[in-house]
Amino acid sequence: MLKDITIGQFFPGESPVHRIDPRVKIVLVIAMIVTLFLGAGPVSYGLFILFLLMVVHISKIPLKMVVRGLKPILFIVIFTAILNLFYTPGDTYIFEWGFLHISTAGVKTAILMVLRIMLLIVGTSMLTYTTSPIQLTDGLESLLSPLKKLHAPVHELSMMMSIALRFIPTLIEETDKIMAAQKARGADFESGNIVQRAKALVPILVPLFISAFRRADELATAMECRLYRGDVGRTRMRQLKVTRVDYAASAVCAAVFGAVIALGRFGL
Amino acid sequence: MSEIIRTEDLEYAYRGEDGAPVQALGGVNLTIGRGEFVAVLGHNGSGKSTLAGHFNAIRLPTGGKVYVDLMDTADPEKTYEVRKTCAMVFQNPDNQLVATVVEEDVAFALENLGVPPDEIRRRVDDALRAVGMYEFRRHAPHMLSGGQKQRIAIAGVIAMMPRCVVLDEPTAMLDPQGRREVMQVVRELNARFGITVILITHHMDEAVQASRVVVMHAGKVLMDGAPREIFTQVDALHGARLTVPQTVEVLSGLNRETGADLPIGALTVDECADVLEKYLA
Repeated sequence: MLKDITIGQFFPGESPVHRIDPRVKIVLVIAMIVTLFLGAGPVSYGLFILFLLMVVHISKIPLKMVVRGLKPILFIVIFTAILNLFYTPGDTYIFEWGFLHISTAGVKTAILMVLRIMLLIVGTSMLTYTTSPIQLTDGLESLLSPLKKLHAPVHELSMMMSIALRFIPTLIEETDKIMAAQKARGADFESGNIVQRAKALVPILVPLFISAFRRADELATAMECRLYRGDVGRTRMRQLKVTRVDYAASAVCAAVFGAVIALGRFGL
Repeated sequence: MSEIIRTEDLEYAYRGEDGAPVQALGGVNLTIGRGEFVAVLGHNGSGKSTLAGHFNAIRLPTGGKVYVDLMDTADPEKTYEVRKTCAMVFQNPDNQLVATVVEEDVAFALENLGVPPDEIRRRVDDALRAVGMYEFRRHAPHMLSGGQKQRIAIAGVIAMMPRCVVLDEPTAMLDPQGRREVMQVVRELNARFGITVILITHHMDEAVQASRVVVMHAGKVLMDGAPREIFTQVDALHGARLTVPQTVEVLSGLNRETGADLPIGALTVDECADVLEKYLA
């Protein structure tokens, strides 16, 4: 049951979007988020939607997956829509009933806010869909490396992240085993109210934590044996390289984002 | 033959759960030469794993000395060099793989050593081919079997090119298939790469593949010699709570029960079959 969890939701592939250097991709996504909040009207958002559809198409990620990614935020989207719909003051009201009133400006803001949130999620999830977790960590470490001069533990953090990613499947497997073992001893995880169910998890969590600590201890010894001593004199096998794909992607993004911002300035 | 590891009156004690000191090693004197393939045998609690930890400076002696390639392991300035000389493979394959991709894990030690990227690439590919795991280089470790994971761990060691490798019960958590795969690679470490191999084990059939067997009992070296010399001392091994290889068990049992005077030094099934054939003829 726990095997279905996929962290980071990475879809392996060889598309040009997959091949973009993770550092470039991260920077482009940040630029995209900024652009999203500078767009203002149907034209700029239309262009933006076209752009994202193109990215999805090139990356060969099934559109169904992208839409499914929007499901968890459905509640936030509806909540935002309702709030904006009823609470935006305007000159002309198209609907009034008691204390409820909807203005034309309200309808417009509601649609824009909903679009913004949805595009934000689709755009950022394209990053995680097309970049493996280890590439993401590498990219982040490389982008944040100037902070090393300020003695920020950038390398240590990225090491921790990649070890966490390495052990998630191992610990999930272990949780499954412990659950099976406790079930064999008559434990019941499925019935009862929420408090009873939470209590039933304690016999799983305790052995899981104990074993996680033991693993951490053994791993630390193994890492020391393999000559790990932090960031001192370390090299990497895989080098990040900026290639033609990166220049092309940056150029396209610069053009689209520039156009969206320009259109937004004119309120389109 | 020049030495790679030497212990002098090595003692190790730790505090037990009740606070009383427990003597795990009580004066071990052992010299291991370059290129040897040594199996260290012993039942649980005989001190064999504690001994292994000393060869890599994971544990430091509480008495006596350990020299790895003439370096005193207790010297903190030498710890890094000691670990570079003598690498280690642990029992649990899950808890020694660091990276999320097989080839990244094999590269881990080389990255720590600061080897240039091109050379890392070459050595990682060679090491993966040597253990027959090249096709799996882009897999995630958790998708592999125990034997495959353990071979990845050994590939990581081969890539480091140490002079000596200590394997601490590398097959204890594996199924028979995985054990065969790993033992095959361990033999190659010694035969093909000329690396000194110290194999900690409690499987007799693995120990017979070594060129020298050291039997540990109660924190001391009980026996030390060629496999044939050791495994024919059936009573002494039983005294150390160890079994003997099944072939030896069969022949010595026949001698005891029927009074036959068979040579009991047969370590492989074929040798044993030959002896029995001659006896029956």
